[in-house]
Amino acid sequence: MTETARTKSIALAAADWAGHLAGQHVDVRLTADDGYQAQRSYSIASAPEDEHLVITVQRLDDGEVSPYLTETLVPGDELELRGPIGGYFIWKEELGGPVLLIAGGSGVVPLRAILRHHRAIGSEIPVRLLYSARTRADLIYRDELARYDTVITLTSEQPQDWNGRTGRIDSVFLTETAWSPTERPLAYICGPTGFVEAVADALVTLGHDPSRIRTERFGPT
Amino acid sequence: MTPPVSRGFRGRRTEQSDSGRVPPGQYVTPDFPVLSAGPTPHTPPESWSFELRGEIDEPRSWTWEQFTALPNERITVDIHCVTKWSKLDTSWRGVSLDTLLDGVETTAEYVLAFCDGGYTSNLPMEDVRDGKAWITYEYEDEPLHPEHGGPARLFVPHLYFWKSAKWVRGIELRQDDTPGFWEGYGYHNYGDPWKEQRYAGD
Repeated sequence: MTETARTKSIALAAADWAGHLAGQHVDVRLTADDGYQAQRSYSIASAPEDEHLVITVQRLDDGEVSPYLTETLVPGDELELRGPIGGYFIWKEELGGPVLLIAGGSGVVPLRAILRHHRAIGSEIPVRLLYSARTRADLIYRDELARYDTVITLTSEQPQDWNGRTGRIDSVFLTETAWSPTERPLAYICGPTGFVEAVADALVTLGHDPSRIRTERFGPT
Repeated sequence: MTPPVSRGFRGRRTEQSDSGRVPPGQYVTPDFPVLSAGPTPHTPPESWSFELRGEIDEPRSWTWEQFTALPNERITVDIHCVTKWSKLDTSWRGVSLDTLLDGVETTAEYVLAFCDGGYTSNLPMEDVRDGKAWITYEYEDEPLHPEHGGPARLFVPHLYFWKSAKWVRGIELRQDDTPGFWEGYGYHNYGDPWKEQRYAGD
């Protein structure tokens, strides 16, 4: 299903899928009829408790796999999947909290899986999402995220009828919206590397323990 | 078992993907992605030191000044990340592990690189000797940027690039192998890109 103009969520029926942890990803491999292959990783957007395994793919203009997944793939097509992968950028209840999720753009995908899992298990650990997107039209899962403790900020747009925040997630923003270092939040930052770098640095500068900050980065740099 | 053909997929073939220079499952990028786990440490050279310790006749250490005065070389080589990107003809300057291990008496069969921020990677001793490994501190003739592991990183280009531990502060020589950071999170213990050893069990 279409999430935004360039993002689509794809529900997969995987035989022998053993389950996953919130935050993990899958490797998708495509094979052309002459045997040429390309593979890429995509974060799992669904919680382990959800009925279907879902990935949300953003179409990159110069991408090799994402245009195929968002434009050519139709229900009934077959995909080669490997996973779940990744034991580091995951949240489960025994890791505790409070849980501070910080998303830049399509970095919201694995964090949405964490939020869904958190809700599915009825966890009482405090959790909050800070989500930075360029424009309102770029927001993924917008209606769903309104059901969680989510602070959205737009960085390229200030729509007239927008009562939300604008501007980048910097130390002032974090001071106003995140737990303080004394509360020792467990932070998960996901997005383009420039975003992750800036936010992680800001948290460390504010006094947060670097070992309680997990990052997942993507993009060219 | 042959993989399913992806209906309508053409892909983007390049000269390089056909040349045999690119390991299986990789794509060539002109970019230099940063994929570190956790915040980037920022260690000023004046606080930096490099240590050889563990299963060794005598531990050795170097300050930044001492280290960069050691015989060093410029190398140009391809690098391969487990997240599927490969970057060709990257150039680095660093000190060979052969130079650092010269004269060292050890029966160690394994090494563990340890780093600012707590990162580690493990390798067999023979994979860091005989011209296969360096401690690099320049990339493309500029000081290595912290995001890419500066002031210095381990550099072992014949294995997946997560083995090339960023922000390295020393090598521990060991009798036994012990998994490093990513190895403990499900990545392959050895990591040969030509055998596509990405994850444990590959």
